[in-house]
Amino acid sequence: MQSNHRLALVENKDGDLHAQMLDDIAEIFAQVLDRPVQITDQTDIVEDLGMDSLGVMNFVMAIEDFYDISIPLDRTAQIQTVADLIHAVQDLRTRTSA
Amino acid sequence: MTILAKHAASKLIYDSLKEHGVDPVNVRFDSVLSPTEGMLNGRRTILLGTNNYLGLTFDPDCIEQSILATRSQGTGTTGSRIANGSYDGHLRLEEALADFYGCEHAMVFSTGYQANLGVLSTLVGRGDHLMLDADSHASIYDGSRLGHAEVIRFRHNSPDDLYKRLRRLEGAPGDRLIVVEGIYSMLGDTAPLKEFADVKRQTGAYLLVDEAHSMGVLGATGRGLAEACGVEKDVDFIVGTFSKSLGSVGGFCVSNNPDFDIMRVVCRPYMFTASLPPAVIASTLCALEKVRKEPRLRADLMRNARRLYDGLAALGFQTGPEANPVVAVAMPNTETAVLFWKLLLDKGLYLNIAIPPATPTNVSLLRSSVSAAHTTQQIDTALEMFADVGRELGFFAADRRRAGGVV
Repeated sequence: MQSNHRLALVENKDGDLHAQMLDDIAEIFAQVLDRPVQITDQTDIVEDLGMDSLGVMNFVMAIEDFYDISIPLDRTAQIQTVADLIHAVQDLRTRTSA
Repeated sequence: MTILAKHAASKLIYDSLKEHGVDPVNVRFDSVLSPTEGMLNGRRTILLGTNNYLGLTFDPDCIEQSILATRSQGTGTTGSRIANGSYDGHLRLEEALADFYGCEHAMVFSTGYQANLGVLSTLVGRGDHLMLDADSHASIYDGSRLGHAEVIRFRHNSPDDLYKRLRRLEGAPGDRLIVVEGIYSMLGDTAPLKEFADVKRQTGAYLLVDEAHSMGVLGATGRGLAEACGVEKDVDFIVGTFSKSLGSVGGFCVSNNPDFDIMRVVCRPYMFTASLPPAVIASTLCALEKVRKEPRLRADLMRNARRLYDGLAALGFQTGPEANPVVAVAMPNTETAVLFWKLLLDKGLYLNIAIPPATPTNVSLLRSSVSAAHTTQQIDTALEMFADVGRELGFFAADRRRAGGVV
């Protein structure tokens, strides 16, 4: 029971972090695109938000500033959805603090 | 649907240009008369977009050396220097470049594009970090993909952003290589090289400067932006091209790195391509000599650049941030850019059109490149044509914002 409870706590904590990141990323999108933006994990950054290559670059740089990371070009190319982005940011933040 | 159907988006843009009766990437000159004039559709046309900065393509001495070299050594080397050996001229050109830059080592490539592919993919590899200015030339981006280093982009001309990104890498293993350009080919702006050199020293990174558009153009002796900024000692590698100020084709890298020559056996874009033909080597050697002996060429070039830049600004056009031989004018949108470009061409003025995504900040540009060989009259004629087309398209009417862009 106790171990299950702990697991739930961790999940909940990660869930909070995830929700917080979704909020932050939506806010950064809104700043770059200059309009309110609704996003979910499945949102496709280029297709659904209609970003051109310059928009994507400005967005990536804003994300990098916010989280104090640099996303290498090959990683950028692999990011398609918001979930991909959150995963990359978490991974790079772990790497930085390690 | 063929294998090329994946490029449908590009085809759409290209086809819409052709529907407007323009095909900027397939301009066919009937003949080229001089560094500054060609015949186009039977009309004498001023060439204001050919990067022929010193106008040396028709220099009688360069031409003569080229002819002599072809007569005595043939039309081509028919292979790489690894396989077919070097000609005397390849080595003499490398010695001349090293001497010109006051460097220990020089290496010649078959194009400037290949010089960047070769040098970038060889200097850094897996586990290293390649720091690129966001507005870097395609050859720099392509070179970054040929190697296996981690590629990080920093904001255009921002030493602070670069510093921040290098700081984030603190503690990570691997070499860091910073890549910037002397003059950026689209807007004609220069890198803040002194500040970049400071960042390089503070972070222990290496610094490479691509002087493609600044060699023979900037600096007291024409060595480029590093010379002009007084930071040559901080620059570890300079890459450049023969196809602009030196009026031929080819690329090079110079450096004082003691291990430099290992590149000759590990740098694939150097090893696996045919070396430059004798005619090109000979005219390039002669042109380099002209750069050294005729500072007047640089003075003429900068005077013409200043005249065009100031003239366009006085007409009310939005130009780039600095008066350099690359002079760009911002257009309000792609359609106007295409129309403006076509009307100038019809009048007898050839320059370049640059539309997104090839341009920084998604702006459409008309891009001029000035030559030392332009006469004052040609610059003034070009300005008149700009004024005429600008009036025709309502650039100077009440809506001043049309001429404005984000540059």
